Amino acid sequence: MGAEFVTLSLTPILIGICVAVACALPGNFLLLRGQALIGDAISHVVLPGIVVAFLLTGLVATGPMLLGAAAAAIVAVIAIEAIRRLGRIEAGAAMGVVFTAMFAGGVLLLEQSDTSNVHLDVEHALFGNLESLIWLDADGWASLLDPVALAGLPVELPRMALALVGVGLFVWLFWRPLALMSFDEGFAQGVGLHTGALGLALVIVSAVAAVAAFDAVGSIIVIAMFICPPAAARMMTNRLEHQVAWSIGFAVLAAVLGYVLAGYGPLWVGATASVSAAGMVATVSGVILG
Amino acid sequence: MLADALLFQLGYNASLVTLGALLRGIAAGVAGTFLFLRKRALVSDAISHATLPGVGLAVFALVAMGGDGRSLFGLLLGAGVSAGLGLLCVQWLTRRTRLGEDAAIGAVLSVFFGLGVVILTIVQTMNAGRQAGLEGFLLGSTAGMLRSEALLLAVSAGLVLLLVLVLRRPLTLAAFDPGFSEVTGWRPGRVDLAMMGIVLLVTVVGLKVVGLILIVALLIVPPVTARFWSERVDVVVITSGVLGGLAGYLGAAISATAPALPTGPIVVLVSFALFAMSLLCAPGRGVLASVLRHQRYQRRVHLRQGLLALASGQPIYERLTHRLLRRAGLIRADGVPTTQGQAAAAKAQLDETRWALVRGDQAFASAAARYDGLTAIEDVLTPDQIGDVDARLAPPQAVT
Repeated sequence: MGAEFVTLSLTPILIGICVAVACALPGNFLLLRGQALIGDAISHVVLPGIVVAFLLTGLVATGPMLLGAAAAAIVAVIAIEAIRRLGRIEAGAAMGVVFTAMFAGGVLLLEQSDTSNVHLDVEHALFGNLESLIWLDADGWASLLDPVALAGLPVELPRMALALVGVGLFVWLFWRPLALMSFDEGFAQGVGLHTGALGLALVIVSAVAAVAAFDAVGSIIVIAMFICPPAAARMMTNRLEHQVAWSIGFAVLAAVLGYVLAGYGPLWVGATASVSAAGMVATVSGVILG
Repeated sequence: MLADALLFQLGYNASLVTLGALLRGIAAGVAGTFLFLRKRALVSDAISHATLPGVGLAVFALVAMGGDGRSLFGLLLGAGVSAGLGLLCVQWLTRRTRLGEDAAIGAVLSVFFGLGVVILTIVQTMNAGRQAGLEGFLLGSTAGMLRSEALLLAVSAGLVLLLVLVLRRPLTLAAFDPGFSEVTGWRPGRVDLAMMGIVLLVTVVGLKVVGLILIVALLIVPPVTARFWSERVDVVVITSGVLGGLAGYLGAAISATAPALPTGPIVVLVSFALFAMSLLCAPGRGVLASVLRHQRYQRRVHLRQGLLALASGQPIYERLTHRLLRRAGLIRADGVPTTQGQAAAAKAQLDETRWALVRGDQAFASAAARYDGLTAIEDVLTPDQIGDVDARLAPPQAVT
């Protein structure tokens, strides 16, 4: 646990924790509202958004890509709602139609465009690459106080921390309306809440968290973190406050344990290489749920 | 070029792919219909993601047994086993815990997929060369389809159709009325399991063609599309099979015309185009049809209210009503009723008066329930009954 740890593992673990908590927070309410799979849908439709943003701007920059991804997520949410209402189709099926079609569009665009020379491929989008987010400028714990070294932090860390703060603020500010809406939508409307707008806001906040996380860790952690920690927490308690607290605990545990198991686990059993950290985090979250 | 592809003129391999996609589309469309009718469409998403760890483990097993880890049958067997396991997890989570089915699906798909990714990264380090075959499972690869694979597709499609044919009664029952199904001896749980078995078969075999992410589309989109065109289960099943087959056939043909058009996504997009067309144009449930229906209804209401207003001698201010009456030749431009208009207005007024009497009389309760302000009373009552009603109307009064 020395200098090497700070350089190689500290930032991925911190990013993992931020991602896990930022996704698990809105995940609690999505779970209670029976919209758990919206995270799955969002993480699929982000792909065409990113590809379109790349095609429009021609560069692999974070800003346009995040915008594109967020736009795609919003388009998908609107399309799902439109198909559900216009075609009188069950929500699950409408979701299935929209996200598979948009994902197919994304893959097709990716194949069509000349992206072979840039770092943009489907596998990366799905699995992410948590291990690669290392802090090269660090050379020990002292670097945490060194402004020069701090400037070399991977940009994903502050961005993810910002997303986490945003999500946390949203949940904190709208705690009562969200809780009301999740348990008794009719009553929430009765006391004058715009449940439609609030529901959309919840989905958009989730989308923002998913998109910010997506870039750093890939979609698989995002889906797992939207569902597994809240689901596990749901089994522990009947009180919303406790459920949210449990889910945060589970999310942090899954992120840390998953990363450590992926990075160091294979070394313990004698293998030479590590396994995918993103996959391991998802797996650990499942073990917690079980 | 496209015509050549559609007519199987682009060589042996392209024809094989087109045929394979066609069969796949039919099987998936038929199997997906019951999944959709049972409102469990997204379970297929969990199944398809849950195949990944099985594929990875199968490579291990095959290598351990001395093979080269590329036997398609072995890989599909592994995929089937792990998908089955995932399916049982979804069932268990839904039944035995307080989680809803959507949460169970999400949990299973992300965890199994994560585990699959972990296993695949290990496979990757084992022997880089043999990994190549696995990429195809994510997004599908048809380029190198072998004759044996096409045969496998054909056999499995046939099996799926046969199973659906044999099980169509219990499947339909369980979808529409689980309670009745249980009473008649078809336990919904078992029927569901059979349905999931069929879906599993479709998913696992389809992996190689369109990949695990997009096979979901073939299970969901054609049934949803077919549902627009009919209210009858058998018709929906057949339509869905045809639509799925069509999407597979067209998609494969289009993708054969250019190198940068991967088959899986094209098939899905063709399928989606068919869906979008149906959403707009289908009679009955389509958007266009309901807009037209709404307009027709609006016109009838306006015309009727306009006539009643004329009958009571009120002027007509509302623009749409005015236009409709004018177009039907019932009023003049200045709003004065024509002779025809007077007759129609009198008829509408008489209708209303008769209705009022009918609705006030318990003896006509069943007829009165059909009152909506538009239906002519002749459509509901027999001439004899109308005679009875008229006898009770106040006799005409002399104008003083």
